[in-house]
This record gives sequence, structure tokens and C-alpha cells, in this order.
Amino acid sequence: MEIVIPPFDLKSISLIIILTISAIFILVADVFFRKKFKDSLGYLSFLIVVITGMVAFTQMGKPVYSFSDMFVVDNFSVFFNLIFLISTAIAILLSVSYVKQEGINYGEYYTLILFATIGMMLMAGGADLLTIFLGLEIMSISLYVLAGFRRDCVRSNEASLKYFLLGAFATGFLLYGIAMLYGATGTTNIKGIAEFLANNPALSNPMIVAGASLLIIGFGFKVACVPFHKWTPDVYEGAPTAITAFMSVGPKAAAFAAFLRVFLVALPDVEQKWSIILWVLAVLTMTVGNLVAIAQTNIKRMLAYSSIAHAGYALMAIIAGGDFGIAGLLFYMLAYAFMNLGAFAVVIVLGRKGEENANIEDYNGLGYKHPLLAVTMCIFMFSLAGIPPMAGFIGKFYIFSAAIKNGFIILAIIGVVNSVISVYYYLRVTVVMYMKEPGREFAPLSLSPFLILALIITVWGTIHLGIFPAKIIALAQKSTLLY
Amino acid sequence: MSLPILTIVTFLPLAGAIWLLFINGEKQEKIKRIALVIAIGDFILSLPLFFKFRFDTSEFQFVEKVSWIKEFGISYYVGIDGISLFLFLLTSFLTLICILASWNIKDRIKEYMIAMLVLETGMLGVFISLDLFLFYVFWELMLIPMYLIIGVWGGPRRIYATIKFFIYTMAGSVLMLVAIIVIYFMNQKATGEYTFDLLKIYNLDIPMGAQFWLFLAFFFAFAIKVPMFPFHTWLPDAHVEAPTAGSVILAGVLLKMGTYGFVRFSLPLFPYASHQFVPLIAWLAIAGIIYGALVAMVQEDLKKLVAYSSVSHLGFVMLGIFVFNIQGMEGGILQMINHGLSTGALFLLVGMIYERRHTRMIADFGGLTKKMPIFAIFFMIITLSSIGLPGLNGFVGEFLVLVGVFKSNVVYAVLAATGVILSACYMLWMFQRVMFNKLTNPENKKLKDIDKRELALLLPITILVFWIGIYPKPLISRMDASVNHLINQVDEKYKVTLNRLKTEKKEVEYAVKEEKSAEHTIEVD
Repeated sequence: MEIVIPPFDLKSISLIIILTISAIFILVADVFFRKKFKDSLGYLSFLIVVITGMVAFTQMGKPVYSFSDMFVVDNFSVFFNLIFLISTAIAILLSVSYVKQEGINYGEYYTLILFATIGMMLMAGGADLLTIFLGLEIMSISLYVLAGFRRDCVRSNEASLKYFLLGAFATGFLLYGIAMLYGATGTTNIKGIAEFLANNPALSNPMIVAGASLLIIGFGFKVACVPFHKWTPDVYEGAPTAITAFMSVGPKAAAFAAFLRVFLVALPDVEQKWSIILWVLAVLTMTVGNLVAIAQTNIKRMLAYSSIAHAGYALMAIIAGGDFGIAGLLFYMLAYAFMNLGAFAVVIVLGRKGEENANIEDYNGLGYKHPLLAVTMCIFMFSLAGIPPMAGFIGKFYIFSAAIKNGFIILAIIGVVNSVISVYYYLRVTVVMYMKEPGREFAPLSLSPFLILALIITVWGTIHLGIFPAKIIALAQKSTLLY
Repeated sequence: MSLPILTIVTFLPLAGAIWLLFINGEKQEKIKRIALVIAIGDFILSLPLFFKFRFDTSEFQFVEKVSWIKEFGISYYVGIDGISLFLFLLTSFLTLICILASWNIKDRIKEYMIAMLVLETGMLGVFISLDLFLFYVFWELMLIPMYLIIGVWGGPRRIYATIKFFIYTMAGSVLMLVAIIVIYFMNQKATGEYTFDLLKIYNLDIPMGAQFWLFLAFFFAFAIKVPMFPFHTWLPDAHVEAPTAGSVILAGVLLKMGTYGFVRFSLPLFPYASHQFVPLIAWLAIAGIIYGALVAMVQEDLKKLVAYSSVSHLGFVMLGIFVFNIQGMEGGILQMINHGLSTGALFLLVGMIYERRHTRMIADFGGLTKKMPIFAIFFMIITLSSIGLPGLNGFVGEFLVLVGVFKSNVVYAVLAATGVILSACYMLWMFQRVMFNKLTNPENKKLKDIDKRELALLLPITILVFWIGIYPKPLISRMDASVNHLINQVDEKYKVTLNRLKTEKKEVEYAVKEEKSAEHTIEVD
């Protein structure tokens, strides 16, 4: 018997190769590094991510399918890879001093972050349901561990376990959905499914209907949309803050990337006819997220609910579909990466070993004690609320435009009403910072050069994307072709 | 290539604010001086707009256009015409006054001045934007500094007031954002071009059904800002809690953005819906005029009184705008300026005695004329100007509005005229209780008359009050062309829609007839 090895293109997975080798190197190097030098692992991984980002840029261009159509590099996935790498890079910057402060300065921390990034890249570039599943698992398992990284903290353990149990459950749904689709169409390849469904009506086949629903549940869990969101606040609150920041951006973007590719390419029929289901999900997600966020007193929980609400806005883009919708989602995710990571960066700066200072009252009077930090936080809050001239405004504008363009005016109205609701809790942060007297002495800030760099990058991104978004919009528009 | 004067005037305060960022907050005097110099410079720079303004054209002048976000067809497109010119000048003038009026603020003066200057940029931007997107950006941008000014330097209930202000305004404006996007795509469908260019969108013929909803969306944004009855509840709270300068800006400029929005956007974009909505708007405006006046009459707090009088005065402006004739419109625009000057001055005056006595209750005063004669003179002039005494500015505006309204609907005019009488009642009564009577309260015996700085605040406003009252021609002649053009534009578009409606009706009747005759033939068969 002759064994034929299908042709494969290593260049297409060069990012993943770089990251994998580096991640393993860091894991090994960790053993030989003395405690004093553990920081350098952080520097190293930051450097690697930056280099990978540069390589990623060169991959823009024609789509390349490789590994028997299991993996694809197209502008869409490259754009998402850039979002992942940006959020990973910033998360690493947030981590360097944070892990030291929390006493969780182990090399595998960075290794796991890098592995999670690899998983995300596989999800964005997965041209086969199995690749997507593989990516999802690599990402999730790394995150389960990272969420519980503060081993001596009960909340962190709880977060990890909760995330793992519910996550495993959701993965089960996803896998079952994939199996159903395979049973119905005879393939797990996304293009293959699309071709099969082009000749056979999708919605009359109960297997496909069941499969698609299960996929929605699986992805819905990962992007934390209501009613699959229950894990989010507890996990966000318990996980190390740097990881929460990372989780709220990268994995969410990755799940959206996969969601978009599966539903827009493989199941376009389902996406269009079921837009009402997604519609309801989006409305629920936005509304529940925003309303519950109002009641939060802990800023990490508030940001958790706010991230749920933002998933709702992003779902709007998927419902709208079309070039506008996809480009809108791409832009929004990038803007969201900057502003949300920035907000978490401020939370980290204010936190101390043992006391996170994450209650909103802990921010009382911050505006006078640390004016620059408070201004920074204001910028992120106003951006998250979608007020010009911040990135969040352009992002929301883009998404609402996409919804309106494709006739979802009611959805857009619900969206804007929701952003008014959200103004209330974002404003509250600025209110306590500027309009309340400090309740007690502020502990000295845990600022390090890395945190400052992270803050500069995120502020720059938030403002730059708000005032000069033209280039990024052009890039996003070039990245919408999924085929 | 001429000097981009609008851009310079608009962004100079922002540049100043950035400059202030780098100055040590301890150096209060230096910060105040820098802010003042910037405001004066900005005002002086804006003056050439007045003198170089061409009377004979309705086109936008001093236009600048630079592509901003090409992918969406968004450009930085600014210019002014006879309608926005005076609001623009009023803004730079009042900001200057406000910065001088805030001289005694000790608390976080650096942040205060920065907020003030950023606010100026936002407000100026609103009045010059000729791109819908740009307009929206400025419209929202100016919320942030105002929110901070009320919330940080305001009175005891400032947090409640400022959040209410922010959320009310935001709630109105997001619907406008949706409407703007809808128009954008409509225009794209009709012309194939993605653009937010207002002048191009003016040519768009929006179907009647859509006009209704779009008008409503814009209406909420502007009516909350004006504020029209019954959307006015944020105003008294915001006014009472805001620091003096905040109140002046709020009354002088921010409220005008609402009325300006109606003139610039609602009327020309949705002429048919505007006509259809006249009864609703007119009755709300009249309700506002009378309700505002009646409520003002029973206020015990001076600031609240002035705040409610704003609701009443702006009812006039709205009424003038929505009668669709030249007198009404010009009166409305003039009244915006007048209200900015008089009410601004009233808030300054109230602020002055508040600074001395730390109370604004009418009952705490009485007989102030004896202790503060110069103050009394100014207070009297401004009070009379607010009432609309002939010879002072208020009269010209109110008279023009009433003439305009009279021409279109006598009932509205008669009802609105009661507002004039009522305003005389509450203003004069207030004046009497504060300034005349016996000086009984011992604390008032120590009051000092106004100093030079305060004189410098009041004198320019008073001069303007007289100037507009006696010789309003320089203002009105600059408005004529633009207002004429606007009214014709609205009329023409309205008529086109009406004609189409008629022909459509005929077609329907014709179709019905044909159907009937068809049935008939069948029966015959």
C-alpha cells in the first residue's frame, strides 16, 4: 500500500509554529531560570508576540488553503490574528509585575498564554470544523488553568472549576453539533458543507437544524451571550486580573471569528433564516448585560457584565452580515480590545497584593489623588459607553450602520437604547473618581514600566481609532472576503 | 487658499486646553490668565467672520472641506451662513465672559479651565459642521466637559443633576444617530454615493412615511436639548446645581443647539413632516411658554426662576421657527441670541449675589438697591431686556416672532402673547422682592457693590443688549439671505411632496375607477 502524504504549506502556519516553539522554549527555560530572572520570561514572550505580529502582517493577501483544506490564511483570519496578538501582548505587559506581586511568577504562565493564543489562531483560521474544535480546546484548556492560577485564592479556584465544568459542557454541545453536521453532510469541511447545502435545502433536514442549534449554543457559551453567560461574572472576578483582561478580549474575538466563518460560509442559509433567533439572543445579551451591570459594586464584575453587553453588540454585526457587518465586527473587536484591556490595566494598577481594591468605592476621589490615571480610566469608560471621539463610538457606529443597512432598524434602536443604559454605569466610575471625596488613603500604585507601556498603548489605540480610524476601516473592509 | 479661520477659532481652545494640561495645577493665577488670553484671542479671531461675512449670498461661507474617514464618505466639512454666524459668535463671546466670571473658583481651577475650553471647541464645532457625522461627534463631545463642570463644581445635588443631564441628552441623541445612519443609506441608494455631506443630503427626497419617523428621531434629540415642554425636567436641576459659568453656558449656548438643530436639520431635511408636525410643536411650545412662566412665578430660588423662564422663552423661539415665514424665523434666530445674552447675564447677576451671600432664595434678599446701586442698574436693564421692553434686544426678537406667528395662526399668536405679559409679572415681581422693599435682613447690610471685574462682565453684554434693541439691522441683514433661502428650500420641497401626493391620489382614484369599470364590464358580460 502506498501512503500519500497530502501537500502541506508550512508557511501558512508559520505564526503557530513560531508561537509553539517559543512557548515550549519558555517552559523549558523556566526550569533553568532562577527566581530573580523570571521576569525575563515575560519580556521574552512579549518580544515573541511582537515579532509574530510583524510576521502576521506579511500574510495579508490572497487566501491560502493548506493541510487538505483544514486551515486557511485569508485577510479575515490575519486581521483576527492581529487582534489576538495585540491582546496577548498587552496581557503580557499587564502580567509581568502582576504575577510577581501575586506570587504566581511561574514560567508556565506565559507558556499557557501563548498556547491560548495558538488556539485562537486555529479558530480564526480553521477551515474545517475539526480545526476549529481543536483550536477551541487548546485555547479553553489553557484558560481553565490560567483562571485558577492564584492557587491559594479560593475565588480563583472557584473560577477555574466553574469555567472548566461549564466550558466542558459547552464543548460537548459544540462537538455534538459538529457530529450532527457531519452525519447530515458527510463532511466537516466548511467549504464542503457549504457545497453540500448549496444543492440540498438545509432547514428541512432535522440533523442540520439540530447541529446548527448545538453550534450556536457552543459558540454562545464562548462569547458569553445570554442565556449562556452565567459563568462570566464569577470567572472574571475570580481569575487573576491580567487573565480576566485577556479572557474578555482574545477568546471572545476568537469565538466570534469561528462563529462568523461557520455561519456565514458553511451555513449561510441558516444564518439568514435564523436571524430571528440570533436577533433575540443579541437583544437579550445586550439588555441583560447592561441592566445587571448597573447593579454591580465590584468593578471586575461590572466589566464582566459590560463585556456580555458588548458581545450583544458584536452579535448585531453577525446578524447584519454582509461586508458592512463583517468589517464592523472586525473593527469593533479591535477597538474593544484596546478599551477593555485598558480598563483592566487601570484596575491592575490600583490593585495590591491581597487587596484588589476592585470595589467601585475604592475609586472615590481618584481624580484628585492620581489625575492622570483617572483621566485614562475616563477615556476607557467613555469609549466603552460609545461616546465620541473614542474608538468605541466608531465601532458602535459601524455596527449600527451595518444593522441599519441590512434592514434591522429595530435592532439598531434597541442597540442605541442599550448604549444609553450602559452610560449610566460607565459614568458612575467617572462620578466616583471626580465627584466623591476619597474614603481613605490610597495605597501607592503598583505601577511598573510595563503597565505604563500597556496604558500608553491602550490609550493611544482608543483615541487613535476614534479620531483617525480611516486606515483601520480600510483594512477591515479588505478583510471581509471569507472565501 | 485663505486662512482656515473656522478651524482656527474652533480648535484654538482645545489647543489651549492641551497647553494647560502641562502646567502645574498650583499656579492658579497663571492658569486663569492663560485661559483668559486664549478665550480673548479666540473671540478676537472670530470677529472677522462678522465683518467679512457676505450679505448677498445664502451659500455657506468660510467653507473648509477635508476628507476624514474616506471609507464612509465622512469629511471634515465646516462653514457658516447667516443662521449659524451669530450663534458661533455668541459662543465665543459667552465663553470669554464665563472664563472671566469663574475667576473666584479656587477648587481645581486647572481642570475647570480645561473643561471650559474643551467645551468651547465642542460647542463651536456643532454650529459649523456641515457633515452629519461631524455634527454628531461635536454634539456628543461637548457633553463630557459639561457633565464634568456640573458634576465637579456644582451644588449639593450635583451628581443627580449631572447624570440626569447626561442621560437625558444622550437618550435623545442616540435616536438621532440611528436616523442619521438611515438617511445616509437612503442617500446612498438614491445617488449611489456614500456621503454624510449635509448639502448633498439636502437634495435627497425622503419618502413621506420615512420622513415621519426620521423627523421624530431628530425631534427627540433637539426637543430634549431645547428643552421643550414636557422634556424640560432636566433643565431646572442642571441649572440650579451648575456653577454660575456652567449655567451661563447652558442657557446661553447649549439650549440653542436644540433650536439650531431644528433650523439646520429638521426643517430642510423633512419639510413635509415638519409641516405635519406644526400643530404638535406649536401646542407644546405654547404649553412651554405658559407653563414655564407660571412655574417661574412661584419659584423661591432665583436660579430656578431664571431656569423656568428659559423654558418659556425658548417656546417663543420654537414657535417662531415653526411658522415657516421670514419674520418668524428671523425673530426666532434673533431670540436665540437675545436669550443667550439676557439669560446669561441674569445667571451672572444671580451668581454675583450668590457669591456674596451664599444663598439664592428670594426671601433672603430685599432692598439691595441701597447697598448695590450699580448692580441694581444692570439688573434692571437685563430684567427689562428679558421681559422685552422696546428699545432693548428682547423686544425685537419677540416682536418679530409674534408678527410671524400672527401671519400664520392667530390663536397661537394670542396665546403666545400672554407669555409676554406673564414674563413681565414674574420678572418684575422678582426684581421688586430682591432689589426694592426695606433692607431688613442684617446680613444684606454688609453687601458690597460690584467690582471692576464684574463690571467688565456686565458692560459688554449691556452694550449688546442696547445695540440689538436699537439697531438690529447689522444682524438681520446678515440673516436675510440665508433665512430666505431656507424658507424657499423648505417650501419648494414641501410643494413637491404635496404635488406628488395629489397625483398619487389621482392615480389611486383613477385605478379605483378603472377597477370599478372593469367590474362593471364583467357584470355586463
